[in-house]
Amino acid sequence: MFEFFSVLWFFLIFVLIAGYFVLDGFDLGIGVLSPFIAKNDEDRAVLRRAIGPVWDGNEVWLLTAGGALFAAFPDAYATTFSGFYLAVMLVLFGLIVRAVSFEFCAGDPAWAKLWDGCFFVGSLLPALLLGVAVGNIFAGIPMDAAGDYAGVPLLGLVTPFTLLTGLLGLVMFLAAGAAWAALKAPLPSALRDRAQRLRMPLQVIALALFAVVSVFALALVGTEMDPALAPARWLFAVLVVVALAASIVAGRAEDGDLKAFLAQSAAMIALVGLLACSMFPVLVNATPESVGPAITIFNAASSELSLMWMTIITAVGLPLVLVYHVIIYRTFRGRVTPEDLTHY
Amino acid sequence: MEAFADVALLSRLQFALTVAYHFLFVPLSIGLGLILAINETRYYRTRKPEDAAATKFWVKIFTATFAIGVATGITMEFSFGTNWANYSRFVGDIFGAPLAAEALLAFFLESVFLGVLLFGRKRVSPKFYMVSAWLVWAGSCLSALWILIANSWMQTPAGAELNADGTEAVITDFFAAAMNPSIFARYTHTVDALLIMGAFVAMAVAGWYMLKKRHSDFAMKTMRIAAVVGIVTSCAMIVFAHASAVVVWEEQPTKLAMMEGMYDSEVPPLYAVGIVDEETQEVIAPFAIPGGTSFLATGNFDTVYPGLNELAQTEEYSDMVVEDMPVNLVFQSYHLMVAMYGLIMLTSILVLVFTFRGGRIAKMRWLQWAAVLSPIWPFIAIQTGWITAEVGRQPWVVYPSMTGPEGVSLLTADGISMSVSAPELWLTIGLFIVVYLVLLIGWARVVGRFIKEGPVSEEGAPAADATADVVVVEGNGGGAVVAVEAAAKGGE
Ligand code: HDD
Ligand code: HEM
Ligand code: HEM
Repeated sequence: MFEFFSVLWFFLIFVLIAGYFVLDGFDLGIGVLSPFIAKNDEDRAVLRRAIGPVWDGNEVWLLTAGGALFAAFPDAYATTFSGFYLAVMLVLFGLIVRAVSFEFCAGDPAWAKLWDGCFFVGSLLPALLLGVAVGNIFAGIPMDAAGDYAGVPLLGLVTPFTLLTGLLGLVMFLAAGAAWAALKAPLPSALRDRAQRLRMPLQVIALALFAVVSVFALALVGTEMDPALAPARWLFAVLVVVALAASIVAGRAEDGDLKAFLAQSAAMIALVGLLACSMFPVLVNATPESVGPAITIFNAASSELSLMWMTIITAVGLPLVLVYHVIIYRTFRGRVTPEDLTHY
Repeated sequence: MEAFADVALLSRLQFALTVAYHFLFVPLSIGLGLILAINETRYYRTRKPEDAAATKFWVKIFTATFAIGVATGITMEFSFGTNWANYSRFVGDIFGAPLAAEALLAFFLESVFLGVLLFGRKRVSPKFYMVSAWLVWAGSCLSALWILIANSWMQTPAGAELNADGTEAVITDFFAAAMNPSIFARYTHTVDALLIMGAFVAMAVAGWYMLKKRHSDFAMKTMRIAAVVGIVTSCAMIVFAHASAVVVWEEQPTKLAMMEGMYDSEVPPLYAVGIVDEETQEVIAPFAIPGGTSFLATGNFDTVYPGLNELAQTEEYSDMVVEDMPVNLVFQSYHLMVAMYGLIMLTSILVLVFTFRGGRIAKMRWLQWAAVLSPIWPFIAIQTGWITAEVGRQPWVVYPSMTGPEGVSLLTADGISMSVSAPELWLTIGLFIVVYLVLLIGWARVVGRFIKEGPVSEEGAPAADATADVVVVEGNGGGAVVAVEAAAKGGE
């Protein structure tokens, strides 16, 4: 039973990460893109309204993933959050200024520029650094015997490979942001055209980066992977490519914005799936010179009783969460209308 | 200076700063959430435009506050991993589950339905809108429950045992861990405190409009709601606060000894004010009710309680170095909180009486001023209450409580992150101070502007009784279009 729960929680954590990647992905992307696609106050208001009702709920996926990691694999949570201390703090400060910039911008026109700037920086930091963090746990970090990170703070985490994974993450977020902006902007509008024009090139770059990262991971990083999961890895890798290509094709049609967004989201889920199947059963890899062993679901998992209760809580909570999401996305479906902008 | 390089001390400093800041805003959101929901229920029944305007007014203030609560709450959730890695390893089996449950069962509820409140007035039915308001509030009360379960467990551990190699607390009974000895007292006490805070902020806003002679209808209605919520929560506080004190008496002897400045075993008296001289180990107080605290906790005037020096001799509490204990800080915090209760009760009674005696408060400037200043009291009580609870728990982060399982305790100094260095901590403490200050200023500007603007009805016209000189309306560009002049065009 212990083994069953450990494996289950490995995958549930990746489900939460995928949820975060897809949902907060598009609003982080919009944050980074907004200085480039929003040319006037009205454009900015449309973008704000396009993610306004949902961004906070989207961010909770990250909190849930963090909480679940703490509860299910405390050692992995402790090692990564303390080991990546300054990087986590940068992500954190990004999320902090971003969360408030959103509400303060509308309420304080005199300081709108400051909060707009915070919205951009606060979106960029997590969008870039989350991918760097993933690169690190995949490629491995040096650990001491107690399992604490033993490398150089912050700079030790930046290698060519982790920079590439960071970029791949960023470009996927940006493509999702462009896809969401194209889907929500009024029709016809210059904003929508700008978003649409960015979507395709971003996806092409994502495809190229995906190829480079994959080759790099296999040829140079050479992390050991579970052979039994090879078919799943192939499946997800093909899915990433097919979904991105499908999104590009769908986006060419005049009414293809929704399809393009959904296919982009599918590509993001597949990417997380590929990561999960490449890592299993490891949560944090160790570099060859590391004293401590890799952190796996077997040496880091909480007790069976704890995991069982977590499973019960999730069985109650996750369906509710999905219902809330259906409600909110249905309530605010469709493009932003001028009427939406005139009142709360 | 050693202190500059002491990772444990710096981590505590950072945690204390960030959590106290978080808890500036949490009480406002939970407290005002209730006021907001009551307001919306009134609108649902009356369908008067000015009641809708009142809800919208509270939604705007609530949202700005909630945003800071969210932003600073993320810090708290991350902080266990970033700064308390060894603590996280020790308690992860038990402590992580409530944090995950908080996100899954509470934060999603709050954040999704807040989206409806903010943008959905025209998109959902009035009933759905009202239910959303209540769901947001219910969500925030649920989140308080889970986080306080986690906190209470580290104050009074239960349902766990030490694992074979002594490195981890392992769960043995989920319900016993969640329903640990202090959760009931702590939850009711804390949430009640937050509702007092909400009521007093509503009073302050209403009092302000009365002073300025603006929005008089809105001010009176708000004052009535606040007076009722205020008196109910203040009266209930006696029961809950007493329960908190009894739990400390029963479970955390070193904390109680610090709260009353007891170095040697004695029958604890009741002081109103005083100073603990940590050198001579004496309490200097103008007067004391002999046996008073003993009576409050046990109903007898003569129950002897162990002092810090005796406790330090016991095996359980031998890690405590009596000379290093911040006894005066805990003593002062505790007594300040209790003193604030007096002011809170007094304010609640006065406001209640003069609001419902034909609305006489509308003419009583001194009472209006008292209402405007009133949020300061619960604010101080809440902060000092937490200082009592958390500093009083030192030097342990997981406290060896009286009924707690054998060996399940952890010294604060053993809970830190080994891979985080003092310079990194200085850097992040500095950043927190700068960023949090900017947040505070930004929040004050926005909320100040909302209060100046007052309740504005949906169409952008001032609510029925507005006498404002300038009304600012949200314009297309998110920027403000200064519109409409005074003399109340709206509604009437
Ligand atoms: C008694 C209530 C209470 C207490 C003691 C705390 N909080 Fe809190 N917290 C809330 C009550 C609350 C809240 C009122 O429910 C907030 C404000 C905004 C929100 O989303 O919920 C919140 C926000 C909030 C958020 C952001 C939620 C979101 O994005 O929607 C996180 C991650 C935390 N908190 C975590 C913590 C941690 C780790 C704490 C312990 C140190 C803590 N809180 C103390
Ligand atoms: C919300 C109101 C709270 C306030 C104002 C508060 C205040 C404090 C203060 C002042 C300290 C520093 C104590 C010292 O260094 O002497 C502290 C430490 C700490 N608190 Fe809290 N606390 C609150 C809630 C919580 C909750 C809900 C939890 C757990 C879920 C928690 C967990 C901790 C931990 C882990 C530490 C660090 C270790 C330590 O210094 O003991 N606190 N808190
Ligand atoms: C007669 C008045 C009061 C008494 C006897 C009292 C007693 C206590 C005690 C003994 C604690 C420490 C609990 C612990 O360490 O576990 C505490 C904590 C606290 N108090 Fe009070 N209190 C009173 C009034 C208030 C008021 C009026 C407020 C706010 C409006 C308040 C807010 C808090 C908070 C937020 C905490 C921390 C949470 C907790 O540990 O329960 N208290 N109180």
